[in-house]
Amino acid sequence: MYSDKVMDHFQHPRNVGEIEGASGVGTVGNAKCGDIMRIYLDIDDKSHIIKDCKFKTFGCGAAVATSSMATEMVKGKTIEEAMQVTNKAVMEALDGLPPVKVHCSLLAEEAIHAALWDYAEKHGIKIEGLEKPKSDISEHDEDEEY
Amino acid sequence: MVSGKRKHRISVDEAFNLYLQKGGFMTKLIYLDNAATTKVRPEVVEAMLPYYTEYYGNPSSVYSFSTPCKKAMAHARETIANSLGANENEIYFTNGGTESDNWALKAAADAYASKGKHIITTQIEHHAILHTGQFLEQHGYEVTYLPVDENGVVSLEALKKAIRPDTILISVMFANNEIGTIQPIREIGEIAKANGILFHTDAVQAYCHEPINVNEYHIDMLSASAHKFHGPKGVGFLYIRKGLKLRSFIHGGAQERKRRAGTENVPGIVGMGKAVSLAQETIDAVRTKETELRDHLIHRVMTEIPYTRLNGHPTQRLSNNANFSFQFIEGESLLIMLDMAGICGSSGSACTSGSLDPSHVLLAIGLPHEIAHGSLRLTLSDETTREDIDYTVDKLKQIVEKLRSMSPLYEDFVKSREKKEAR
Repeated sequence: MYSDKVMDHFQHPRNVGEIEGASGVGTVGNAKCGDIMRIYLDIDDKSHIIKDCKFKTFGCGAAVATSSMATEMVKGKTIEEAMQVTNKAVMEALDGLPPVKVHCSLLAEEAIHAALWDYAEKHGIKIEGLEKPKSDISEHDEDEEY
Repeated sequence: MVSGKRKHRISVDEAFNLYLQKGGFMTKLIYLDNAATTKVRPEVVEAMLPYYTEYYGNPSSVYSFSTPCKKAMAHARETIANSLGANENEIYFTNGGTESDNWALKAAADAYASKGKHIITTQIEHHAILHTGQFLEQHGYEVTYLPVDENGVVSLEALKKAIRPDTILISVMFANNEIGTIQPIREIGEIAKANGILFHTDAVQAYCHEPINVNEYHIDMLSASAHKFHGPKGVGFLYIRKGLKLRSFIHGGAQERKRRAGTENVPGIVGMGKAVSLAQETIDAVRTKETELRDHLIHRVMTEIPYTRLNGHPTQRLSNNANFSFQFIEGESLLIMLDMAGICGSSGSACTSGSLDPSHVLLAIGLPHEIAHGSLRLTLSDETTREDIDYTVDKLKQIVEKLRSMSPLYEDFVKSREKKEAR
């Protein structure tokens, strides 16, 4: 069902953990539909570079793999570059996901945005293109074009 | 120019595949998903083969070449009838449990429509019953889906209350495929009989694992499927009590006394008969052995892995079934990691069902969604060893610990516990 890359990220997830005193933390998803992702960001206030990124996930193989890949893709990037990391990019980096698992990649994108929103709120800054995160990911339209 | 030996550089993938082909580090398969399907016994395969290559005649043909397969089918039918305390004329071969369930419900609904259009079943039935029930609801029938208690047992009081003058059928599964709970079938049969209502039971998971006598239990119809008791896939039967005027579900030729058309799957039927015969010989011994191993598995998991729940009745359950919920983690991840250790199990999580909801059975026994998502079903066979169980539990402990270390729910739980302790 899963590509080799997905299996690799599932068996050897990158960046599992938490960051004490993180710049921004975002938790998305809900236990009802069975996926919850939390992303911690450590951001340099001057350069806006994401120095470190960690995650915790409650979810299936795709959920773990997409959160792992997402943290890899934003680590070392600026906030603006991180905003460009879409669910499509995460899926492509993983050589694709089965159709029923696409919503997991959406969750990864939402988790990054939620963490960035938290950072923005704490520092009273505005991040271009960032909206307040949805509290319930299952409300999201499943037929989103990607 | 020197033509030396050219070294063929192989990729990591090729090397990996070569390693696997040579049986490199293939861990032993520990198959603990016997509720999903079972290995066909070698004696069963042996019994089936001649009916593919030697006695391959169509049983409906006139010539003597078809006599052996006619006889073999009759023998299988008799074996099955004896196992249930029924008559050969009451056994009808089908393509499997799903077809038997569909036939039983639809034919009974149709036959008794003039008497009434109310059917009673339970919330924890297999989808073959539930979706057929929903289909009938769309065609003018009313279906009551009885709730179950936290162990998955149907309440006899609730059943009695649900019965109406227009109730024509009660369908309750003998034992549940997910949580293993065995229903009070004898009592339900008595209630049905007392009220003059037809009683069907989906015994797909229980037949040949639990002894069943259709007269003792007042069963009017019973569904079974060969691949759940070490027979081949694609064949099963429906027991229909003599005298019930139920029409065909599948129309066509005159097979199965004109009640189920289609050229008979002779090898499958022969195989099923052989599987029944083997199972009946050892049913008590296997049950005893499985119960012991199952209880060992349950005991180890419940005492060695914290925040774990056993789903289903602790004792009134199939001898080979164990179903757990591990708090803070998700089922599919659990299965993938078990698979990497060579262990086959199944889960009631949404991710494994392809829908957004976890198993309807786990929800019916009252589990909150997040607990239902973290479920694991392990179902043994008579070939499972104590070493298999111990290995599985050892791996399970490591896997649960790893998944919890990655879980935001576990992280929150630990932090809130630390806060409470600090006060």
